[in-house]
Amino acid sequence: MNTSDSIESHTLENGLTVLIQHMPAVQSAAYCLLIPAGSIYDRPGKNGTASITCDMLTRGAGDRDSRQLAIAQDSLGLQSGESVQAKHIKFSGATLKDNLPASLEILADIARRPHFSESQYAPAVSSVKHSLLSIEDEPRQKVMIELKRRCEGLPWGKPTDGSLEDLPNISLDDVKQHFESCFRPEETILGIAGNVDSTKTIETITKLFGDWKPGSEPEVEESPAGPDRDHIALESTQTQIGLAYPSISIIDPEYYTAWAAVSILSGGSSSRLFTEVREKRGLCYAVYATLGSLRDSGHVLCYAGTTVDRAQETLDVMLQVINDLSQNITDEELNRCKAGAKSALIMQQESSSGRASRIARDWFLRDRVVTLDEIHDRLEEITPQKISDYLNSHPADQLTLLTIGPTPLEIK
Amino acid sequence: MEFHSQVLPNGLTVIAETNPHVHSVGVGFFVKTGSRDETLGVSGVSHFLEHMAFKGFGNMTADDVNQQFDDVGASYNASTSEEVTQFYAAILPEYLPKTFELLSGIIFPSLKDEDFHTEKQVILEEIGMYDDLPGFTVYEQAMAAHFRGHPLGQSILGTPESITALTAAQMRDYHADQYRAGNIILAVAGNTSWEEILKLVDQYCAKWPAGGGERSVFPATPAPTRHFQLLSNIQQEHVMIMIPAPEAHSPDRYAADILAMIIGDDSNSRMFWDIIDPGHADSADFGYAEYDGSGAFLSYLAGSPEETAANLERIETILKQISTDGITDEELDQAKHKVSSRVVLSSERPMGRLASLGGNWLYREEYRAVKTDLETIQSITKNDLDALVKKWPLQLTTVYGLGPLEGV
Repeated sequence: MNTSDSIESHTLENGLTVLIQHMPAVQSAAYCLLIPAGSIYDRPGKNGTASITCDMLTRGAGDRDSRQLAIAQDSLGLQSGESVQAKHIKFSGATLKDNLPASLEILADIARRPHFSESQYAPAVSSVKHSLLSIEDEPRQKVMIELKRRCEGLPWGKPTDGSLEDLPNISLDDVKQHFESCFRPEETILGIAGNVDSTKTIETITKLFGDWKPGSEPEVEESPAGPDRDHIALESTQTQIGLAYPSISIIDPEYYTAWAAVSILSGGSSSRLFTEVREKRGLCYAVYATLGSLRDSGHVLCYAGTTVDRAQETLDVMLQVINDLSQNITDEELNRCKAGAKSALIMQQESSSGRASRIARDWFLRDRVVTLDEIHDRLEEITPQKISDYLNSHPADQLTLLTIGPTPLEIK
Repeated sequence: MEFHSQVLPNGLTVIAETNPHVHSVGVGFFVKTGSRDETLGVSGVSHFLEHMAFKGFGNMTADDVNQQFDDVGASYNASTSEEVTQFYAAILPEYLPKTFELLSGIIFPSLKDEDFHTEKQVILEEIGMYDDLPGFTVYEQAMAAHFRGHPLGQSILGTPESITALTAAQMRDYHADQYRAGNIILAVAGNTSWEEILKLVDQYCAKWPAGGGERSVFPATPAPTRHFQLLSNIQQEHVMIMIPAPEAHSPDRYAADILAMIIGDDSNSRMFWDIIDPGHADSADFGYAEYDGSGAFLSYLAGSPEETAANLERIETILKQISTDGITDEELDQAKHKVSSRVVLSSERPMGRLASLGGNWLYREEYRAVKTDLETIQSITKNDLDALVKKWPLQLTTVYGLGPLEGV
């Protein structure tokens, strides 16, 4: 079993970064293209511009209209998708290895030569509006989107899908402008993973993206976080609880310690949150915490959904568990975190699309790809004492609480 | 890849597809029991029992089970459907013995009263969670309406009333009836050996009670129904359409899959171009579901209430056109490419193979290598699809709506 990393990185003259991981055991090849055109670049009052832009990209590009694009992709057996993230518009795709070059040609058309035709604009807006309405019908999704907006402020807390109230302010010209200013090779990352020949792949990519002209980074809208206590009224069976507190960035030397702390809090079924809230008290079906770390900030984001009359108790227990986290951390707890991480990392080696996405994201967050050996070494350095010390110097304060449901809750 | 199979004296079926070229191994116990096998007095017991499996067995407590799964870094879970309760894990090969001990143990759980009462609260919360998810609720309601009078119409979760009334003794009886070796299939896929599997089976499964549950299988005969349930506190109208389709043993099921893809896959299908691409709805899809003795085409439509009537007309038009004019050569080719690519990509991971391996054996006692699946897909012709549509007319049988509309 060969789990060593074989990742090559290349920077084209125009600044585009290409990362290639050779995976000889698979028959597939996958790509993940990150273009710095995400929702943080939506202009003030126009949250949703990136979303509409993303929807428009596949409505005709290069020599093909939308139907011809879809037919070309299907003929290659290409499974692809585009989505908006905070920083990027993400393009991902997976296919059989021999079809990668032709798939990248279509990708280059979509990313560089979209038509943005007038006739396709209204349908694109309607499609974005529908997906925003569907979030309104999924309160468990909505609570986390709105929690991020409140705990991170702008730009990073700006909803990636857009805002219903901003949609009428956005025009096709805004979309074109978003494309002109954001779609540029610098800060763009193309990750490729699978059974590929890296020399030929680089040649293909240079041919398709080498003549892309550099630009400059557009401004982002900033605004402070808050409010730190909020409630959205909704007649529902359950109350949705979103709770957040600051953590550290992904490049902080203590990042892996912070990661292990959250893993002990909510990594598996034996984690403290799941054990105390669900297993012992049966307070809810879904409860979790995740570490959302970016390049220069981070938050721990916690969620629980529970029926109205048990919601306050659920929040109380969650807070108790979070506040007591630094106490009595055992070797066994830590070893379970490490075992989970090790398995997940090795199993990722079986999925070309998983790896393509991971190496591209690593490069964005750290300017390099982290090797499995390195993660392994860093995890081995962590001890229960280090986690406890970390938590004592980074207590869960500056809490942001957002609830959705019939009645608000309070932090006691 | 190599395939192996064996039936133990107690009736347990063991199947495996070993593959030395992957990093992990997937292992799953497929128990042939689900909501359709419940009597009305114990509605929801299969799913509740799936939860109880994780609450301990033998000397092990719930904490022990959770901790030991996490000790080996297992990615594990369980699920319950109308017909199957499955327990599965993906692990690194060196942890197969420990994981096997746990998985084989949890399906014969302690079922202690105290755990039963705590977990009952979790089940009630899960029902509450789905109650706030109209896309799920409309599925349950449509299934109940379409399969009215047939066991497939029974709810998987049960109701707050049925769960509240359920006793631990009733659950123990249900377990003793259904969890017998002849009713269980063990499937393994990935980096391990047949010898190792047989050793583990011998150690942990040989003493399981013999025999198997008898499922009453008869075809459903759905009568046309149309119902719109008012739910005014949500934004979108959620509609589920159901049409009778081939059952799980039918050779027509591959054609049914291809036809469903042409009608309503999430990209480049008739419904995509007529409804999603023009921005008429948030979701509009069409799929095929196979069951023991019955089958259904299921279509889900979600979007603004004002557009629901027009969208339903669009769907009817598509179905009529396919019934009268058939599909094009180009559509068939693209659908074959799509299905083939999905089969190959999902087979790269042991967990992807496990699902296919278990499913095929569960319904048909049949092993299908990836290559066999691809050949079957390639062999489907336009004539097959025409014949399918003649046999299973594409007429809206059940239409169930949930949302701001009182009727369409």
